[in-house]
Amino acid sequence: MRKKRILSLALASVTALGLLSSCGGGSGGGLLSGVQASDGGKVLNIYVWNEEFQGKFNENYPQVERLSDDKSIAYLKDGTEVHWIVNPTQDGVYQQKLDEALLKQGRAAADDRIDMFLVEADYALKYVDPEVNVALPISQLGITDADIANQYRYTLEAMTGSDGEIRGLSYQATPGMLVYRRSIAKAVLGTDDPETVGAAVADWDKFYETAEQMKAAGYYMYSGRADTARVYSNNVSAPWVKNDKTVVVDPNMMNWVDRSMEDIESGISHNVPGQWNDEWNKDMGPDSKVFCFFLPAWGLDVCIAPNVKDTAAAQDWAVCPSPQSFFWGGTWLVAANGTDNASQVRDIMLTMTADRDLLRTLAMNYGEMSNDQPLMEELAQSPDFGIELLGGQNYIGVLSDVAATVDLSNISSYDQGCVEEFQNTFGDYFNGVISLDKAKDNFEMAITERYPWLVGGGVLWP
Amino acid sequence: MKNENRIKSVSYAKWGYIFILPFFLSYAIFSLIPLADTIRNSFYEYYAFGLKTVGPNWTGLSNYTSLLSSDLPKYAWNTFVMWILGFVPQIIVALVLASWFTDARLKIRGKQFFKVVIYLPNLIMASAFAMLFFALFSNAGPVNSILLRMGVVGEAIRFMESTLGARTLVGLMNFLMWFGNTTIMLMAAIMGINPSIFEAAELDGCTHIQKFFKITLPQIKPLLTYTLITSLIGGLQMFDVPQILTGGKGAPDRTTMTLIMYLNKHLQAKNYGIAGALSVFLFIISAILCWFVFKMNTDSDPDGSKSAAKRAKKGGKA
Repeated sequence: MRKKRILSLALASVTALGLLSSCGGGSGGGLLSGVQASDGGKVLNIYVWNEEFQGKFNENYPQVERLSDDKSIAYLKDGTEVHWIVNPTQDGVYQQKLDEALLKQGRAAADDRIDMFLVEADYALKYVDPEVNVALPISQLGITDADIANQYRYTLEAMTGSDGEIRGLSYQATPGMLVYRRSIAKAVLGTDDPETVGAAVADWDKFYETAEQMKAAGYYMYSGRADTARVYSNNVSAPWVKNDKTVVVDPNMMNWVDRSMEDIESGISHNVPGQWNDEWNKDMGPDSKVFCFFLPAWGLDVCIAPNVKDTAAAQDWAVCPSPQSFFWGGTWLVAANGTDNASQVRDIMLTMTADRDLLRTLAMNYGEMSNDQPLMEELAQSPDFGIELLGGQNYIGVLSDVAATVDLSNISSYDQGCVEEFQNTFGDYFNGVISLDKAKDNFEMAITERYPWLVGGGVLWP
Repeated sequence: MKNENRIKSVSYAKWGYIFILPFFLSYAIFSLIPLADTIRNSFYEYYAFGLKTVGPNWTGLSNYTSLLSSDLPKYAWNTFVMWILGFVPQIIVALVLASWFTDARLKIRGKQFFKVVIYLPNLIMASAFAMLFFALFSNAGPVNSILLRMGVVGEAIRFMESTLGARTLVGLMNFLMWFGNTTIMLMAAIMGINPSIFEAAELDGCTHIQKFFKITLPQIKPLLTYTLITSLIGGLQMFDVPQILTGGKGAPDRTTMTLIMYLNKHLQAKNYGIAGALSVFLFIISAILCWFVFKMNTDSDPDGSKSAAKRAKKGGKA
């Protein structure tokens, strides 16, 4: 009896030691070594930064049986509970929380492990990196090339690691467009026809000719510098950071700085200091004098619609191509290494991103540019696919041309941090608080605080 | 004789130690060990590189020197300025209110009600309070709409974009949150003054102002100093209000970046080395301030127990 007890104690301590040593593996390569994907878990945990995907999932995923009263848990037909863990994306909070949880993946109880997480293009490569190995390649889930043949190429390339494996799928394509007010177009340009307005903003020169007209008529061309920032930062000639050491500021970023300052001084922009704030929302509202916004398809539903709902401006919008192509956002579904719900995760990823009926519903009901090229080409021709907000305009045609040209080859895991800090530090310059040189100094300081390993690497200005 | 003594006294001392043990245990686990760990980390290069970890590699004092060559003094100055902006009005208003509330001659009605009301802002979470101010004073917020509609200003004031505006807002919030607390502390101090002193002064024809400056102020000086130092230590840790108000940016141009906000920046990057060194700096400053409080509380005890004991001891020796 006693011997048995000693034996079991010894065994317990050995397991405890094993557990302890497995969590010591913080440094070096095999970040999640020993973690295995498996099946049969009761709880499926999904990390997200807002409720957008959650809503689309709850309303459209066919396996959802019912929701909890506060909608925080979805019960699937096979009895699995889907739990959502929401952390805001600002200031890198989402990534911070996600990283903490991923690093604990090896130690967490099966039902507490992350099964799936969502990423944006701005930092996706950090998780796609085969070396850190936190994301499961879709081939390991049994998803074949044939399953995703219709998806836009760039959405797959964005999630391809250095080993050639794809590690995430998206249900949407997010090329950008110019969303403008029909009433102002009529007042200033004499017509609200997307073809004509499109010609009036076909490139930056024409855009600014039109802007002068807007200004003369008492309107603002666009809301603030943050609106154009993406158009410039998407059209850079090299990634932000060279060899994980030196920050190289692209000349196009400085073009954005110069142009934005000019527009603020001349009154072409409304000088709203950012996006997602009160003023920005008011600029989209019915009483605004701002002509256009640079938005992807989801921006119609997420940004504009709530601000004009049940007002005179509810159908006062139309879209045309932006002077320069850009994309914004895009949400990719990634299977976490160590998931204990591999087959359900596979099914969610496949259904939500490659099921044509579901993608059609997303396009019809949410104005989504769904990630299905043939479907989008079909819808672009369809007279039924008119968006109420746009006065019945079918915007898919505008976007499918852009989607074909989206190029993510210069994106890196530094994009979110660099773009955020760049806009923050130059914000003070735009507000007239500091000089251009001080803004540059502040950027150098901020970027090394955010990425300590860039200390000493320097920042190269064009 | 000696032997007899030992038998007589049963030692209960161990129970005393056992009863205070939980505190020391939890203090060691939750404060002392993390403190030692922070100090240790401050000598290492130790940060997260994406999902990977760099270090810990021993680097000696390089974290300290790199911090000293950064803008640290500027952030210390910011913290100090915003603390002063809140503290000066706070202590003045608290003094006035406290002397009004405690004055037996002034029969203020609803004293209890006002005491509760002035304390209320302190009950709101600082971050919620900052969110409220952020909304109130935003460029398109209600304060600007009111000013515009009343014709006080021609166009919206961009409070958050000027150093003066942002710092004043932080100072204002700190003032609003803490003046009630200070008032109640000062009231306690004033009520501790022997009423016969006031009576005697009144008999001698003392005015209200004279009473305040010649009796009240000198009598509550120890508590005033105590308030000053504790507020200074609190001010050193100023974080949530400016953090929420400026979205963690310390805008404009980092003129509202406090020391703890700076620390938070490094913690967000998981840069434990630099964050540790910064914490050690803060620890030293707080320790010096605490030493002052400690000195004050032990030496100038109203009943003079410690200093009296010292004097007695000295006298005995001589």
